[in-house]
Amino acid sequence: MSDGPTTPGELRQRVADFLAEHPPAGTDRLEFLRARYDAGLAWVHFPPGSGGLGLPRSLQAQVEEELARAGAPDNDPRANGIGLGMAAPTILAFGTEEQQRRFLRPLWTGEELWCQLFSEPGAGSDLAAVSTRAVREGGEWIVNGQKVWTSGAHKARFAILVARTDPDVAKHAGLTYFLCDMAAPGVDVRPLRQITGEAEFNEVFLTDVHIPDDHRLGAEGEGWRVATATLNSERVAIGGGAAREGGMVGVLSRTWRQRPELRTADAHQRLLRLWVEAEVTRLTGKRLAQKLAVGQPGPEGAGMKLAFARIAQETSGLELELLGDEGLRYSDWTLVRPERVDFTGRDAGYRYLRAKGNSIEGGTSEILRNVLAERVLGLPPEPRVDKDLPWKDLPR
Amino acid sequence: MSDLDLLPTDVEDDLRASVRELLADRCPPSAVVPVYDGDRSSIAPLWRALATDLGLAGLLVPEERGGAGASAREAAVVLEELGRAVAPVPFLTSSVVATTVLSAAGPGGAGAGLLAALAAGERTAALLVPLGTAPGGRLPGFAVDGSGRPAGQVRGIAGALEADVLLVPVAGPDGTSVHAVPAGDARIDPVISLDMSRQLADVVLDGAAGERVLGAEAGDAAVRSGLEVGAALLASEQSGVAQWCLTTTVGYLQDRRQFGRVVGGFQALKHRLADLFVAVEQAAAAARYAAVTVAEDDPDRTVATAVAQAWCGDVAVRAAEEAVQLHGGIGMTWEHPAHLYLKRAKADQLAFGTPGTHRARLADLLDLPAPAAP
Repeated sequence: MSDGPTTPGELRQRVADFLAEHPPAGTDRLEFLRARYDAGLAWVHFPPGSGGLGLPRSLQAQVEEELARAGAPDNDPRANGIGLGMAAPTILAFGTEEQQRRFLRPLWTGEELWCQLFSEPGAGSDLAAVSTRAVREGGEWIVNGQKVWTSGAHKARFAILVARTDPDVAKHAGLTYFLCDMAAPGVDVRPLRQITGEAEFNEVFLTDVHIPDDHRLGAEGEGWRVATATLNSERVAIGGGAAREGGMVGVLSRTWRQRPELRTADAHQRLLRLWVEAEVTRLTGKRLAQKLAVGQPGPEGAGMKLAFARIAQETSGLELELLGDEGLRYSDWTLVRPERVDFTGRDAGYRYLRAKGNSIEGGTSEILRNVLAERVLGLPPEPRVDKDLPWKDLPR
Repeated sequence: MSDLDLLPTDVEDDLRASVRELLADRCPPSAVVPVYDGDRSSIAPLWRALATDLGLAGLLVPEERGGAGASAREAAVVLEELGRAVAPVPFLTSSVVATTVLSAAGPGGAGAGLLAALAAGERTAALLVPLGTAPGGRLPGFAVDGSGRPAGQVRGIAGALEADVLLVPVAGPDGTSVHAVPAGDARIDPVISLDMSRQLADVVLDGAAGERVLGAEAGDAAVRSGLEVGAALLASEQSGVAQWCLTTTVGYLQDRRQFGRVVGGFQALKHRLADLFVAVEQAAAAARYAAVTVAEDDPDRTVATAVAQAWCGDVAVRAAEEAVQLHGGIGMTWEHPAHLYLKRAKADQLAFGTPGTHRARLADLLDLPAPAAP
């Protein structure tokens, strides 16, 4: 590969050259996306050969803008949030060259969607307590257990999986991280209906699922460290908004502008407070993104997610109050399988209910406050009675 | 609202380090607290060291007009450090607000010499507009007497006690002009202030001779610009105050033991501090963005300033209140510096308009209007 661009101007030229070679109008969508990946324009902060150019993350916005202006198709990022936001950065950080070559391109183009097999009925906030077992047998691992809260498992081709490989050591030390083929025999996905009526989540039962050892990510016993990197990425992905009025507060602001008859003095004060909080959170995310070099986000991303969840919940609650009688109606309780998760989609009642998940999924707000207090502020950790006991001896 | 760079440059990091070093040496809390008992003797030498020796007074003035040719980015860094030390110096009132007002007068005209003197730290100015006035707020109405001299009175002026020249907005039929009047020719009555580290004064002008530095065609916009830049950069001072409160409180709770445990290990406190940390980070980002929009003269500057003021004032107060509460008994004492920060934070929250005033301003700017009166 020739020397890549290093300045915004050179990057602009590369995008222009790419568009000249692959005119969006005359190119098949998938071919276009694959070519974009190969040109290093998928995620410019990734290294050359893995869909990127080794440039600062902040330059990605410029690429997106220029491609969108040219009418280029995108990779429908909301349909593969876990793949793009969590699996990809983890595979980049911990994957072998072969794993990066195998997984990253179809992940980015959306040909292969991803889901996350982390939480279990007995391991929620205490993720390190997972009991799904992986036992080595020759060049493979045999996996048995039950996972839960798995968004998009019914559509995913692969999953990031945390399983217990050594029950005789302390809980954090006995975990290993795998890339699991969701089409493998023994993977059983069942819908889990949530408070919105939809089934965006699933329970996943794993019965004698075979995972080849070259789908192990990181070393045996290193699963906790790898999973922590994934969760930090997730919090940045969830918390980092883009445009002003881009989230729930934009929905509410538009309702406010279009429906003067709904306005009240109380709602006005609350709207303005939420608008300001959403804006300062957006700026904080922008500043954090500018600080992030290529690689691993730190625990500061937890703060973004914490703020995002509170704002989304308060804003969607205020919207229902603003709507008054209309807020008493709900669009549809039918169990449907949504195509993609859209926190600001559907009707106000749905938004209100779905936002309740924002302070639970990807680390509860309570756990995130612990993360910030301990890992950013340096305050003492919570007492951990189970820390030094072998996992198999823990009371349960 | 383009993609502005919110990170500090190396030059700004160096500036921060030298300001912090000087303040650590010359402005510990023990040097600030005497101002509450009427001893202001430390202020002038500290201000001289900052304004002249470090050359901070001229940051916002172009080099060709006698300044350092820096920008609001650098001034914001200075204010963050001044906030962190509750330094009782007139940087915000003279080197930011008065300097911005005077800069509106073109080079070579009246006031050019004064601007250069402010930039050099040889003179110090204060704008005769009450500290609580928001950028869009009502300006005080000084009039001119029969001999063309400004007359009138105004209450609650910050920086007047440290100033040797006063910038007087004079209302006329064609708009507001600005006169520069020697402080020695005005009656300046010190006010016992909530925040004695930025002590206010009531000022009476009665026949003081001055020089008109801005005509009626330019004065109003210049004064409003001074207030807007003041409000935008005050956010950085508030951010500095909040950072000191958070850092100091966390440090204390890492040491303090009760019930055989480090108090900072109690989850009720950890969660409060985590929430405060998020708010303080948001304040730093909002303050930074406001400063950058001023530095770049970005069209988003007015919204950015209102957002920063709507957020940072409350966060600094919350941080200071948490500092007092979480220090327990010692936090309530005169001996512990937390009260200096609480008083500064609360006064700053009211300065250049309260957060509520700025939210109301945002309602207009963002087309999110209040309900029509029934």
